[in-house]
Amino acid sequence: MKELLSGNEAVARGAFESDVKLASAYPGTPSTEILETIAAKFPSIYAQWSPNEKVAYEVGVGASIGGGRALVTMKHVGLNVAADPYMTHAYTGVNAGFVIVSADDPEMHSSQNEQDNRFFAKFAKIPMLEPSDSNESKEMVLTGFELSEVFDTPVLLRMTTRISHSKGIVEISEQTTGPDRKFVKEPSKYVMVPSNARGRHVIVEERIEKLKKFSDETPLNFIENNGSKVGIITGGVSYQYAKEVTPEFDYLKIGFSYPLPMKKIEEFINSHDIVIVVEELEPFYEDQIKAAGFKVKGKEYFGNIGELSPYRVAEGFKNAGVIDEVKLAGIGVEKDMFPRPPVLCPGCPHRGAFMALKKLGVAVTGDIGCYTLGVMEPLNAMDTCICMGASIGNAIGMEKVKGSDKGTVAVIGDSTFFHSGVTGLMDAVYNQSNVTVMVLDNSATAMTGGQQHPSTGKTLMGNDARKIDIPNLCKALGVKRVKEIDAYDYDEVITCLKEELTAEEPSVLITTRPCVLMPKRIMDEPYTVDLELCTACSACFKISCPAISASEETNKHGRPKAIIDESVCTGCTLCAQVCPPEAIVLKSQKVEV
Amino acid sequence: MSDINYSILIVGVGGQGVLLASEILSEVAMNFGLDVKKSEVHGMSQRGGIVSSHIKIADKVYSPTIRYGQADFLISFEQAEGLRAMDWMKKDGAAIVSTTKLIPAIVTSKKEYNYPLNAIETMKTKAEKIIAVKADTLAAELGNPRLVNTILMGVLSNFMVFPLELWLDVIRNRVKSKFVDINIEAFNKGREIKLSSVEV
Ligand SMILES: Cc1ncc(C[n+]2csc(CCOP(=O)(O)OP(=O)(O)O)c2C)c(N)n1
Repeated sequence: MKELLSGNEAVARGAFESDVKLASAYPGTPSTEILETIAAKFPSIYAQWSPNEKVAYEVGVGASIGGGRALVTMKHVGLNVAADPYMTHAYTGVNAGFVIVSADDPEMHSSQNEQDNRFFAKFAKIPMLEPSDSNESKEMVLTGFELSEVFDTPVLLRMTTRISHSKGIVEISEQTTGPDRKFVKEPSKYVMVPSNARGRHVIVEERIEKLKKFSDETPLNFIENNGSKVGIITGGVSYQYAKEVTPEFDYLKIGFSYPLPMKKIEEFINSHDIVIVVEELEPFYEDQIKAAGFKVKGKEYFGNIGELSPYRVAEGFKNAGVIDEVKLAGIGVEKDMFPRPPVLCPGCPHRGAFMALKKLGVAVTGDIGCYTLGVMEPLNAMDTCICMGASIGNAIGMEKVKGSDKGTVAVIGDSTFFHSGVTGLMDAVYNQSNVTVMVLDNSATAMTGGQQHPSTGKTLMGNDARKIDIPNLCKALGVKRVKEIDAYDYDEVITCLKEELTAEEPSVLITTRPCVLMPKRIMDEPYTVDLELCTACSACFKISCPAISASEETNKHGRPKAIIDESVCTGCTLCAQVCPPEAIVLKSQKVEV
Repeated sequence: MSDINYSILIVGVGGQGVLLASEILSEVAMNFGLDVKKSEVHGMSQRGGIVSSHIKIADKVYSPTIRYGQADFLISFEQAEGLRAMDWMKKDGAAIVSTTKLIPAIVTSKKEYNYPLNAIETMKTKAEKIIAVKADTLAAELGNPRLVNTILMGVLSNFMVFPLELWLDVIRNRVKSKFVDINIEAFNKGREIKLSSVEV
């Protein structure tokens, strides 16, 4: 049977067909849908969101040692968080199979960097598979589990946004039966004290030699001969781009990409006049091929920044002199188009927090989530954003060197707080920082689509869960000044912030309004503009609400008055609170004349 | 083997239903027996940003994304986004554009940005086959603004070889049962709009 599946859905299907027993993850674009699909479609797999990638990884390791096949998924930067268990996991190896999915984000469609996680395979000496479409994504999950058990190693399945979020036709198969394994005590393999780890490192090196041989033999690395003098070495989505542009060349398509199939590569290079390596981001294949003493070209034609595309590959081939021309677009880009950046939704409770922070002019150390949009024009109310959980540590450091005269506020979302903010707060208490932390608790992991987390009261599989209480958690860490506030009350937010900024100890302000989109849509009575009263002062434009725009009516200076789109206004009241002439009123209270 | 080779780009703004439209089209093509790939980027784009979906249909499809200047069809749910995406179109391709205007807050709050005065007229100066559809009005007449995507798919269906029944089957499968009839009505409304019936 055939189904049209995204790469992520295909991985979920592959997990089902592989008889995976446990899947764990922390959400992150572009990986999130893997676990969501497992939870929605394959209830035979136990699936869970962990508070962060490190814990998710460790849960998977436990399952594997316990005898059940485990799948752990995350976005590329998630593997930085999980790198500690990941690196040593290479030493212990597995009991039942273990596959880790890293979904990289070339072009940074929704990420803070575009690191190339293929290096993580080489770094840890963990074998890697790189699918180039949905069908391969599914197949490589099955292969990954087999390899994991045969070679006693975790296996890295490296996806990218274009693989994860593109759909293609997938051949569906029956579920297979995983190995029948149980936990067996084997401390020399699983307890990585130095004396054991030394022995295991030898095994890692022996294993990588076996894997090199496998890489040369496996049909996952295959040659397509078309009798061309030009040979292309490529893998992942780049293979598809190159095939699209020049199907007539010869190809060495790499599917098992660490360790590389050096013998096959050598043969391929020796039988072609020119060999070009086409790969997205870093010269991962190219540098290793060159280090092995072969002459190839690659990055000089394609660069290592951003996503490739059929167009960029064609351009690279033209510069390499292997094709004559690039068919250019005929129409041309329209100049002077306005941008359409993502914005906080109408009614988003984060808006109230950023309006207040902007007003106070404090230094705002930020974090990652929907609220990072507080940096955008015209709110402009965020000064740092490095990685998840960084806001609190950044604020502590900033405050210790007295970087900002007006004080420093750390802003962090609820899911991010559980992910890695708690330890930062512990630091603030322990090291007697007087930072002010705002936890923007909207009861959702909104940025990635509203996933459950430790304080939402539900699990990924839909079961009830005990809610971890953020105020009590902060108090238990030793924060004495903990207060819940309403982000829709602009004056209250300002007053509380001012008070906490002068406190000589750490304080936490928690905004408690839920996300207006998830889990359920919140729509209260909309507001409207009384155009008689509106003076076109533009105060409401500055809060950056998509429901508010310029109307056709102007004041005597020709400046536009405001209009509210009542079909999207949620009635949050923030614009009404900042309207000097009080021209923004509840729809039902508008006096019709 | 057929000689069908379609590249379709669907663009719009987060929340407009671009993704459902591209799902429907892809499934129709798959059920017709062709290879299909479609690609889009979710994430930040859903917060009111631009959403685009590439669909490629042929006997064998490699790249999931289209090359600049190679889209046979451009479907736009918003007029300025149609203009912005024209670079992806073949010169002799067709654009089906909803007259919908969605003006972002940044244009209102910052003087240096302007919304194009007449995006559709500008599009017509650049390519011949520009089909402007008052999809909002039609959807409102049918009683549900969410029908815009089905209407636009109806218009597109006129230009493709897939039989009507194939489209309707996919709509029946994809749409919640209580909305099936109204979606089919919307699809047929779109289907009434043909290139010959609009001024170009
Ligand atoms: C290490 C890491 N894991 C995952 C992500 C993806 N990610 C970005 S923001 C976010 C969740 C934010 O949720 P929350 O803090 O509750 O803020 P909200 O979006 O709800 O405002 C996630 C999972 C990331 N950027 N980095």
